[in-house]
Amino acid sequence: MAELKFLFFLGCTIPYRVSSYEVSARRVLPKLGAELFEMPDFNCCGLPVDPANHELMLVLAARNLCLAEQQKMNIVTLCTGCATTLRKTNKMLKEDKKLRETINDYLKKVGMEFKGTVEAKHLVQMLKEDVGLEKIKETVQKPLTGLSVAEHCGCHLLRPAKFSGFDNSENPTTLKNLIELTGAKCLDYTDKTECCGYTVVAIDEKVSLSLAREKLRHVKEAGAEAMITVCPSCHLMFDMQQSRIERAFGETFNLPVLHYTQLLGLAMGFSPEELALKELRVDPSRILEALKT
Amino acid sequence: MTEKAAEPPRNVEPAKLDPTFKHEVMREHDGETLKICFQCGTCTSSCPTARFSSSYRPRTVLRMAQLGLREKVLSSNALWLCTACFTCTDRCPQNVEVASVLRVLRNIAVKNDIVPVIYRELTSSIHDTGYAYRIPELRQKKREEAGLPPLPKSNLADVAKLIALTGGSKLLKK
Repeated sequence: MAELKFLFFLGCTIPYRVSSYEVSARRVLPKLGAELFEMPDFNCCGLPVDPANHELMLVLAARNLCLAEQQKMNIVTLCTGCATTLRKTNKMLKEDKKLRETINDYLKKVGMEFKGTVEAKHLVQMLKEDVGLEKIKETVQKPLTGLSVAEHCGCHLLRPAKFSGFDNSENPTTLKNLIELTGAKCLDYTDKTECCGYTVVAIDEKVSLSLAREKLRHVKEAGAEAMITVCPSCHLMFDMQQSRIERAFGETFNLPVLHYTQLLGLAMGFSPEELALKELRVDPSRILEALKT
Repeated sequence: MTEKAAEPPRNVEPAKLDPTFKHEVMREHDGETLKICFQCGTCTSSCPTARFSSSYRPRTVLRMAQLGLREKVLSSNALWLCTACFTCTDRCPQNVEVASVLRVLRNIAVKNDIVPVIYRELTSSIHDTGYAYRIPELRQKKREEAGLPPLPKSNLADVAKLIALTGGSKLLKK
């Protein structure tokens, strides 16, 4: 088996507000034989500033890729935004000589050069391609039988399709398969590949919250007891903002939203405390109680 | 019976159009495909934002850009409502990089000093801390308590240099 050594790209949203994702990932990944190395020198992936300045985005992303090249190690990240940015920039700079020269001219001023010798992956892609479903199945000690959940992949895990390539962006199956390894049932629902609305929350709150509300509705209507996310931004929309959405629209969802790493961690036998489940805004104790019986 | 020559509909004044605008867009990275948009509307009908916004229609924005409605496109609030979900790009039957063309339009707006305040905050935070958000000290303490490694500090001098080199300094908050 190939070595499972990765540079752990933390990104900004996780340390800012969603540390439960990091805590649970650092529990489950070693169980799968993955070894994580820190990136003390990393900077924001660049995605947040792309709408304002594309070259700045490219150069920030490229600097992170150069750091990984220096360490001769591939990157794994928990954030779909960081994943799409690093993956896309990596591919564009590898394939487009002119663009690479432009970016390398900037990087030269900070003593760096993009060479294109590493890969950057999201957790989900890494679990599928590097760890493998069989290996994950072997670590499941306490199958979550009887629990019905719904997945939310997040846009940037799969789109734009020409830069993702490991799943079907219109009808993805990877996250669903990963969820079902835990013994939980993963329900289909209307518009499951649609956006959570996070990226425009600072521009137009009504549009943003409406998008999240519609998804919460569809997940509830499908009969799911929890929603499973693989992105800190999506998680913020559905978990942290859920009470705000409830107030704004006069509806009650009371839908726990777990990171995939928390779901897998429970199936591995970790305690809710070890997986930082108490940090979730929407209390998951109802589903935890049900799993005990 | 003679038929009266039909007057073409005039929603825009030709004199107010900027014929160079589309070329400005197409020169930018990923902006080239603006010219092949044939206005089928797959983007708008696939757009999650368009369902909840009365002003944002990606097809319309692209048409206005093709026509050269420079000021109208660049000053429109709707320009900033794209969530960058890329559904339009993936579904476009003509392979127009819809979301990327919209990003090019935003970048041009920024060059013309039209900048939603959030982008100033994000860039300033990256400049000052390496992170897009200013992470409170309290978080660092909480990380220790949770047994997490200390928060990386990045190389701020290099990050600041890259921001300046790419023309990002104008985004910094004064």
